[in-house]
Amino acid sequence: MPELRDLYQEVILEHSKAPRNYKVLTSANHRAEGYNPLCGDRFTVYLEMDGDRIREIGFQGAGCAISKASASMMTQTVKGKTKAEAEQIFEKFHDLVTGHAPGDAAQLGKLAVFSGVSEFPMRVKCATLAWHTLEAALEGKQEKVSTE
Amino acid sequence: MSAAAVVPVREKSVAFDLERIRKDFPILRTKVHGHPLVYLDNAATSQKPQVVIDALVRYYEGENANIHRGVHYLSQIATEDFEKARKTVQAFVNAADPGEIVFTRGTTEAINLVAQTYGRVNVGPGDEILITAMEHHSNIVPWQLLCEEKGAKLRVAPINDEGELLIEEFEKLIGPRTKVVAVAHVSNALGTINPLRQMIAMAHAQGVPVLVDGAQAVPHLAVDVQALDADFYTFSGHKMYGPTGIGVLYGKTALLDAMPPWQGGGDMISSVTFEKTTYNKLPHKFEAGTPDMAGVAGLKAAIDYMNGIGIDRIAAHEHDLLQYATETLGRLDGVRLIGTAREKASVLSFVLDDVHPHDIGTILDQEGIAVRTGHHCAQPVMDRFGIPATVRASFAAYNTRTEVDALARGIRKVREVFA
Repeated sequence: MPELRDLYQEVILEHSKAPRNYKVLTSANHRAEGYNPLCGDRFTVYLEMDGDRIREIGFQGAGCAISKASASMMTQTVKGKTKAEAEQIFEKFHDLVTGHAPGDAAQLGKLAVFSGVSEFPMRVKCATLAWHTLEAALEGKQEKVSTE
Repeated sequence: MSAAAVVPVREKSVAFDLERIRKDFPILRTKVHGHPLVYLDNAATSQKPQVVIDALVRYYEGENANIHRGVHYLSQIATEDFEKARKTVQAFVNAADPGEIVFTRGTTEAINLVAQTYGRVNVGPGDEILITAMEHHSNIVPWQLLCEEKGAKLRVAPINDEGELLIEEFEKLIGPRTKVVAVAHVSNALGTINPLRQMIAMAHAQGVPVLVDGAQAVPHLAVDVQALDADFYTFSGHKMYGPTGIGVLYGKTALLDAMPPWQGGGDMISSVTFEKTTYNKLPHKFEAGTPDMAGVAGLKAAIDYMNGIGIDRIAAHEHDLLQYATETLGRLDGVRLIGTAREKASVLSFVLDDVHPHDIGTILDQEGIAVRTGHHCAQPVMDRFGIPATVRASFAAYNTRTEVDALARGIRKVREVFA
């Protein structure tokens, strides 16, 4: 039976209440909007790219605890990383929250707290919304990404 | 069965026996995460009593055949039962004639049918269609599609902070360009019961026909389309203890007769040549193709079931539950009710502190409690209240005060987690 505390870990609750890098980045040269039409979660991710590297990152928007904490911890994780590195982390994170490669959790560092999401399939989209939005921003896509 | 034969069933019903009713619904024995299921998502879809499930099985076991076609035994039985069910529906909403009852896939299809037939013929450039600010997407988008196609304009009657229609504003918005008024009987997101009789009278005073989205009304209150003087009344089987995939469009004969058919195919014709096709009489004109015959059998069983309990008794029980839930949740810290109209049915929508409804939904689910969280296919309603989503508990005949208490405990648990 999935345990609630596996999903709502302290770290996740803390980030949802006080999200990091929660700001409009005026220096941004990339940005994308993400939207989950099923629950109305909506985030904008701002990137200041230095060539291939994420020099600065910020996000704003509204969503559930899982999506907000995920966005917050994502910004901490990918800051300073290259596009390719960030994409690789997303791939591993996606495997983690969908339960495809739980063994890789250790490689994800702090992000491993999201492993509980795999027991709640309805919440996978919450955990990945910000990441999909980041991916769109990295690709320089202008259109809004949607989880549907 | 004649209409007269259906009515006495209501009178025959005995006192409201909640325990017995709960036993009629096999799914209520389900355990969810170790807790007894507390199903409070009835506005999305209700559960089905054994008699409805049995009706589906009986149809396939005993009488499956295509209707209105064969001369053989099974086809005859299936056709007779199909048309009997139509009369049951006719009596259920007190339509004047069984030909006014068109079977559809559900409310959504029924509204689209009217938009695409009545609407296409009668709405032109510069015309207006009037809806309200509390409509479900299914009573917005079909009209938007029509407006786009025709260069017509969608007008929206506003609601107040309690979620009640501003009736004077509504009346003012009905003008010489208004060609259709389309309104919910009961709001799915707020539970508001609209003053339908008054609204319809206002529209008729200007010669405008009214379509009613009755999806959230028929499970909870007795509907009389003639007393309401509704021109079109639409509803779904699955929200009133019936199967999915079956719904109803009621339309006044004169209107349905004048409308072009919607989908073409078998059963909706009386003769076909390559040069010209003449259409079948009502209601078959609007029922192209093989219909959901098992669904119709299930819908009939659902209506018989509701009549057996008594719709007024169901309404009284749900009213009591709603009142109890409103008081119980209203006493909880952090709870803000969304939709506090004086006249309400079944629905209790709320938000809790700044906890997102999806987080609340997940935590309640761990307690075995099923509620709807999100925008309820009514995004404009959420915008009106400045919130992205709500938690919605919605009640049916089988719900209990104990379940409301479980909901309250669940909400307290949410606050503990997010403290």
